[in-house]
Amino acid sequence: MSDTHEETIRFVRDSMLPQQEPPATSTGVIGWGRKNLFSTPLNAVVTVLSLALIYYVLSGILPWVFQSVWVADSLAECREIFLERWGSTEGHACWAVINERWLQLLFGFYPSELYWRPILAFILLLVAVAPVLFPWASNKLLVVTAVFPFVMPWLLWGGTIWTPLLVAAGFAFLYFGPKHGSEAVGSLAAVIISVVAALIWWMFIVGPLSGLLSGIVPIGLEPVDSRNFGGFMLSILIGVVAIGCSLPIGVVLALGRQSDLLIVKAICVGFIEFIRGVPLITLLFVASTLLNIFMPPGTNFDIILRVMIMVTLFASAYMAEVIRGGLAALPKGQYEGADSLGLDYWQAQRLVIMPQALKISIPGIVSTFIGVFKDTTLVSIIGLLDPIGLTNSIRADAAWNGIYWELFAFIALLFFIFCFSMSRYSMYLERRLKTDHR
Amino acid sequence: MKKSVFLGALTVAGLAAGAAAAATVDDVKSRGKLNCGVSTGVPGFAAPDANGEWQGFDVAVCRAVAAAVLGDPTAVEFVPTTGKTRFTALASGEIDMLARNTTWTFSRDADLKFTFVGVNYYDGQGFMVPKELGVTSAKELDGATVCIQTGTTTELNLADYFRVNNISYEPVPIETNAEAQQQYLAGACDVYTTDASGLAATRATFEAPGDHVILPEIISKEPLGPLVRHGDDEWGDIVRWTLNALIAAEEYGVTSANLADLSSAPTDNPEINRLLGTEGNLGEMIGLDGDWALKAIGVAGNYGEIFEKNIGESTPIGLARGLNAQWTNGGLIYSPPFR
Repeated sequence: MSDTHEETIRFVRDSMLPQQEPPATSTGVIGWGRKNLFSTPLNAVVTVLSLALIYYVLSGILPWVFQSVWVADSLAECREIFLERWGSTEGHACWAVINERWLQLLFGFYPSELYWRPILAFILLLVAVAPVLFPWASNKLLVVTAVFPFVMPWLLWGGTIWTPLLVAAGFAFLYFGPKHGSEAVGSLAAVIISVVAALIWWMFIVGPLSGLLSGIVPIGLEPVDSRNFGGFMLSILIGVVAIGCSLPIGVVLALGRQSDLLIVKAICVGFIEFIRGVPLITLLFVASTLLNIFMPPGTNFDIILRVMIMVTLFASAYMAEVIRGGLAALPKGQYEGADSLGLDYWQAQRLVIMPQALKISIPGIVSTFIGVFKDTTLVSIIGLLDPIGLTNSIRADAAWNGIYWELFAFIALLFFIFCFSMSRYSMYLERRLKTDHR
Repeated sequence: MKKSVFLGALTVAGLAAGAAAAATVDDVKSRGKLNCGVSTGVPGFAAPDANGEWQGFDVAVCRAVAAAVLGDPTAVEFVPTTGKTRFTALASGEIDMLARNTTWTFSRDADLKFTFVGVNYYDGQGFMVPKELGVTSAKELDGATVCIQTGTTTELNLADYFRVNNISYEPVPIETNAEAQQQYLAGACDVYTTDASGLAATRATFEAPGDHVILPEIISKEPLGPLVRHGDDEWGDIVRWTLNALIAAEEYGVTSANLADLSSAPTDNPEINRLLGTEGNLGEMIGLDGDWALKAIGVAGNYGEIFEKNIGESTPIGLARGLNAQWTNGGLIYSPPFR
């Protein structure tokens, strides 16, 4: 206590009070709640109503999910167990159907002793995409990425190992042809000749040659018919092929649409507008029925292959527009800058334009991917047994007729896992590439 | 691989164009498999079990034909078809025969150029209503909301029936049977109408089947049977007489239990002998082995046994024979003589 001002002012505090805890009503849970949930009377009402709604929804869903039966042979047996345990058949899930059929929902009718093949293909897929998606993955894994397109079909469909090897060998034409032929015949002619050579190789030589080689050295896997593909395996297969092929095709289409070459531009615009103007379901019907009529009887053009081609075309058209958006968003200076460096068209695209355009397009690209993956369920309409198609087949079993929500909940969960991971990855990628120029 | 399949397919297409006229039975034999179109799932008629094996009343016809032609009831490639893809699949040759509860109609036979080889189930369209509605006849349904699958003959039958009886209704269009069941249970419509076999199967899955009644009126004729393409009568004969063999076997009392006995040596009944190939050369006449019918019946027994096992009264679907009893028991199931 100082006495300097004793005469003039009765009391002067000259030492700081120790800092007090904030009042209990503004800290912790209560404080947070007052600030965020009950700040005004209207907010309070809304909060209470929302809580009531959440409680109402959860009180219906949680008992349904957890007060459930996992082991039973039929829906009727499930219902008996419900009655016995909870006295009512309402509001309980009969997960026994998932317990009995989950392998079928995942693999369709794929022979059970060969399940390791799709599983291995899926693991290889993860390994193959890792170096493309994540910077921490070693670049040596790119070897897996390069080999995967040939190994995956071989693992899934089986057959002789020579076919994928010879198909891969066909790419040698595309690689070495332009490289070594340009001096001899000029670059454009070299490209055309190597493409034609590769097509002839794939079309007329691979089939007989692989038959011949497998006669001499029969290495192969047991073939599995496309008809046995089903369930999530089918969805993922169609989705991965469509996603994997549509991005490069989409880039080419987007560039073609911006091209100054009249015919190239017309073809690209025509393709994109036609495909985008037609619903996917129509294309699937074309794949399943119309192509059949055009082709001679007895032709066995794999239905899954037809569907994959159609879905890929569909996805490519959308992808092209998404990427064109990215291209259009780039300032003109970038193009001019690339030109001023003396880069030719492909160099400019590869080094300057595309890296930026693709970065801008990431959210659009990923939402197209997610859309394509979910659209694969449409194949159930043309009689392919994807998860949605299988629900109908499972329900046609007398034991499970009348079961709905359990099957759809299971399928929704799996789809959610895939789509949510994709969407999270896109957010991670955006953060890493920092596209927002802030 | 992908590309080679595609290009290979084109090559095959070119080759096949030259040999398009080959007989179906030869195709099936050289392929070693019967491509049989079935539905993607109709309770009791066609459904894959937990092991992926197809089971059901329609599936049994496919298996019988495969056994008769190839001697192996498992040599069948089941091609699931929807109501929209079934006819193109058959017309384009993707499948050799269609056994998918398909109604035999004039236009499908004549205009779509198919041959219905017979009838394996006589169905008809019926109505199901909740008991509490207190309706006892379809004629009391004036003003009712009706759940109806779009794009089917049932939709047209319904319109015809209500017009003839001069009563009104409000349709609730539904895409699939499963959706219809849910809508009906949720009370979105007063009445659910589809084939009577489907109604029985649906009602059996309800938690309280007793709360719903199937009205006595059957408003349409729905003869369901297997079909093949026009223009290959030999193949049509094989499918037709395989079906007839199953039916005749029931009539003559040939069952899976006594099949081995009856076929080991000629019996006193010449008709059974001809059917089972111990006498005469019926198999030769349709280009198959003498014991073709024996193999077909050996898969799952005669028509009656197949019926009981898949959709009969002991199953959850619980259909009575009714119209589908043998003609000797007052039904319509009747095979021409094996002679």
